Amino acid sequence: MNTIIFLASLGGFAMLAEIFRLRKLIYPVVLLGLPGAAAVAVMDWNGRALSPIFNNMIVFDHFAVMFSVVMIVTLALWMLLAHRGLNESVTVSDHVSLAVFSLTGGVLMVCYANLTMLFLGIEILSIPVYILAGSNKTSLRSNESAFKYFLMGAFATGFLLFGIAMVYGATASFDLMRIAEAVYTSALTSKMLLGTGIIFILVGMAFKISAVPFHFWTPDVYEGAPTAITAFMSTIVKTAAIAAFFRLFAFCFTGEAGTWSTIIWAVAALTLLYGNITAVYQQSVKRMLAYSSISHAGYMLLALLAMADTSQGSILYYTAAYSAGSIGAFAVLMLVAQAKGNEGFDAFNGLGRSNPILAFVMTCSMLSLAGIPPMAGFFAKYYIFSSALDSGYTGIVIIAVIASLVSVYYYLRVIIAMYFRESREGLTIELSLLHQVLMIIVTALIIALGIFPDLIISRL
Amino acid sequence: MKNMIVLGLIAFPFLAALLLLFTKSEGAKKIAFAASVIEFALAVFAFAQLKQNAVHPELALNVPWIKTIGVNFHVAIDGISMLMVLLTALLVPFIILSSFRSNHENPSLFYSLILIMQMALTGVFTAMDGFLFYVFWELALIPIWFICLMWGSGDRARITLKFFIYTLVGSLFMLAGLIYLYQFTGSGEIGTKEFVGRSFDIKALYAAGASLDPGQQGWIFWAFFLAFAIKMPVFPFHTWQPDTYVAAPTAGTMLLSGIMLKMGTYGLIRWLLPLVPAGVHAWMDTAIILSVIGIVYASCIAIVQKDLKRLIAYSSIAHVGLISAGIFTLTAEGIQGGLMQMISHGINVVGLFFIAEIILSRTSTRQLAELGGIRNVEPQFAVLFLIVLLGSVALPLTSGFVGEFLLINGIYQYSTWAALFAGLTVILGAVYMLRSYQRVMLGETNSVTAGFAPLTFHEKAVLIPIVILIIALGVYPKPLMEIAEPAVKQIISIAGGIK
Repeated sequence: MNTIIFLASLGGFAMLAEIFRLRKLIYPVVLLGLPGAAAVAVMDWNGRALSPIFNNMIVFDHFAVMFSVVMIVTLALWMLLAHRGLNESVTVSDHVSLAVFSLTGGVLMVCYANLTMLFLGIEILSIPVYILAGSNKTSLRSNESAFKYFLMGAFATGFLLFGIAMVYGATASFDLMRIAEAVYTSALTSKMLLGTGIIFILVGMAFKISAVPFHFWTPDVYEGAPTAITAFMSTIVKTAAIAAFFRLFAFCFTGEAGTWSTIIWAVAALTLLYGNITAVYQQSVKRMLAYSSISHAGYMLLALLAMADTSQGSILYYTAAYSAGSIGAFAVLMLVAQAKGNEGFDAFNGLGRSNPILAFVMTCSMLSLAGIPPMAGFFAKYYIFSSALDSGYTGIVIIAVIASLVSVYYYLRVIIAMYFRESREGLTIELSLLHQVLMIIVTALIIALGIFPDLIISRL
Repeated sequence: MKNMIVLGLIAFPFLAALLLLFTKSEGAKKIAFAASVIEFALAVFAFAQLKQNAVHPELALNVPWIKTIGVNFHVAIDGISMLMVLLTALLVPFIILSSFRSNHENPSLFYSLILIMQMALTGVFTAMDGFLFYVFWELALIPIWFICLMWGSGDRARITLKFFIYTLVGSLFMLAGLIYLYQFTGSGEIGTKEFVGRSFDIKALYAAGASLDPGQQGWIFWAFFLAFAIKMPVFPFHTWQPDTYVAAPTAGTMLLSGIMLKMGTYGLIRWLLPLVPAGVHAWMDTAIILSVIGIVYASCIAIVQKDLKRLIAYSSIAHVGLISAGIFTLTAEGIQGGLMQMISHGINVVGLFFIAEIILSRTSTRQLAELGGIRNVEPQFAVLFLIVLLGSVALPLTSGFVGEFLLINGIYQYSTWAALFAGLTVILGAVYMLRSYQRVMLGETNSVTAGFAPLTFHEKAVLIPIVILIIALGVYPKPLMEIAEPAVKQIISIAGGIK
């Protein structure tokens, strides 16, 4: 729980630094502060917060620690990515502080022990992202993106709150332990109220992780927002949302699986098919990545559906592998798009020749997202599929396998463009030092997680 | 300590590939060639080590890799693996040497991809853990895809994408089969002394496979067979192959046909026959029939081909059909013959594709109709071509003969009819091969072939050793047969032979 305080003060520093003319310090302090925050989180591994603290509001168990670490590391990578990718008209301190505050919300979402904390976490996570999505103030599309995201987010929050209220009505508590106990012992005021509440919460969460059919905001919002912000939304926001989703359903509602497992099954199947098939038809890499991000939510839902002993570990590993791959892909996309002023597949033509390093990072990211061994993405899918198979969900695994075959097509399209298609203008993109560091770390992560999956998977 | 040699065989090409990425373009091919020769020396050393232990030759290394799911980095070389590793290590230097002349753009990347490919192939041939096998199996796909995509010709973006997705589909079936078997490994209650965790180790998977009822084994059979059949390829899963072979650069075609194809046939021997014996017995007829259809079908298409490279591609389907039919007979002759033929075919096909490349580079065409009379201009080249060609049609005293004789012998024990049709491969093979020789080398010299330049030093350095090998293995195949024998017997005893 010290992590939350640590991150909040880091965000506070970033916000105030500008006033005290310390702008130059923001990046170094936050970049060094994030590993510190991760260290603080790890120190809670066997800390006193293993059982709920603060009047049973939060609990810092292994699940919370691991997901916090994944998100903090992702934010550190994102800081490297974004240091030159954002509109100058918004100050550094705004960007950085909003991102760190948002992460604080994300950490709350993985360590809540009370539904009010979940709600607070989601709001703290989301509100900064609404602002960030519109941070390119002069761009109409960025404004549209922010507005859409805000409206849809508010709508989803409404569902979520309504659901929480109904669960409260059924179990007379916001406390996860009490709810779990009430569900387990069937000490409910109304079983139907509980069922309806669960479904409303499910809808709200499905909005947040952009699962079909609650995904329709995603392509426009992802495409309109500045690329760096899209990277943020598709990694940290998604990780926090799926972790929160899993925590709630695994902890409280396994006993009521009859009400929601069929819905999740259908949502996952739709997400996998729709996300992957639509991605095939995209002409813009950014939009393709948006649909791919939708489809990855489908894979994550499989682990939630399975509720096997191994599900926690699978989701954790999946989010880590997915975040690493996405950050890599978005970083390259951002640099290429900045240089060419175009986010289409043709912007990548000839990149293999003009910028072999960027092309290599993009190749690793694409292969990992497609799930080709020995990249991390392969093991991620392997763990997810095997935990679903363990619980007997063969049908949906077959759908997922077919979907991931489809995905190979559009991921390879990027690689083909880079190495096969010629570009008329040969253009070299200068990498700043921080971007070089980012490229090395991301590639190393994608490959190392793939070769030593035990590093993460054995923790949960 | 001597077991580390297995690791060395896998790691060395990879390290050399990494080194290559950081070298200047000019020196790349020489470094790559030197590395591949050292790798070959390592393989020969391993062969000598194996020879010392005649009863049960094996070099093994087994260390935990992913403990949470019971995956070990278990690599071992027994007689069967040894032959495959030796073949890989033998062919890669030739493949590298044969691309010396074609000045590829970005040579350091090109050659390092070849070496990475070699690492993955060696891994496939030595992995004794299902998961590790799968990882290497897929890993082999990435470098060859890049080689075809970046240095190929024609409509390669579409063709290689088809190749990639097609083979990936097959592999995923195999992965599904592996995971299914994995669920039946391990035994005992958690926490008790009898508890054995789940594992992907080959022995555990064999046991799990044998414990299934015949119906389930049939499903597993198909999951694995699809992966291998697509890779080889066996009729009717071959549609990706001719286009890919033609679109790939020569080195890529050689890697695909000379070595990568053997991943499939090796997979049959190591991972299919002993894994689900009842499934194999239930479906071996179908597999043999498909293989034999493939032989006849591909031979007939080869006869009417106009393009030399495409003709060799179809001849490759015919040969591999014979290998797979022989392996599925579950006889010692069939499997031994399959192994011999894998080696012989590897050497032959590399020679043939190289000859096609030599002709293309001098005449700018591979069309049979436009060529002719090269023998009058270059008799030396004509002799070398003829010997490689005779090796390919399995004339006695060439390497092809030993393999095909054993294979047809094995198939004969299984069924006279199958042997009859499989035997057609010899006749039809002679027809299309001699026909192509006649069109290309004999007849009147025309304007295209008149200026046929003599072979260069590099070209001789590839062709002459290949010719020597073809004859040497035909005259004295014994060491290779001996080393594989114990392992082949073991496989047959697990798989249960024919009844």
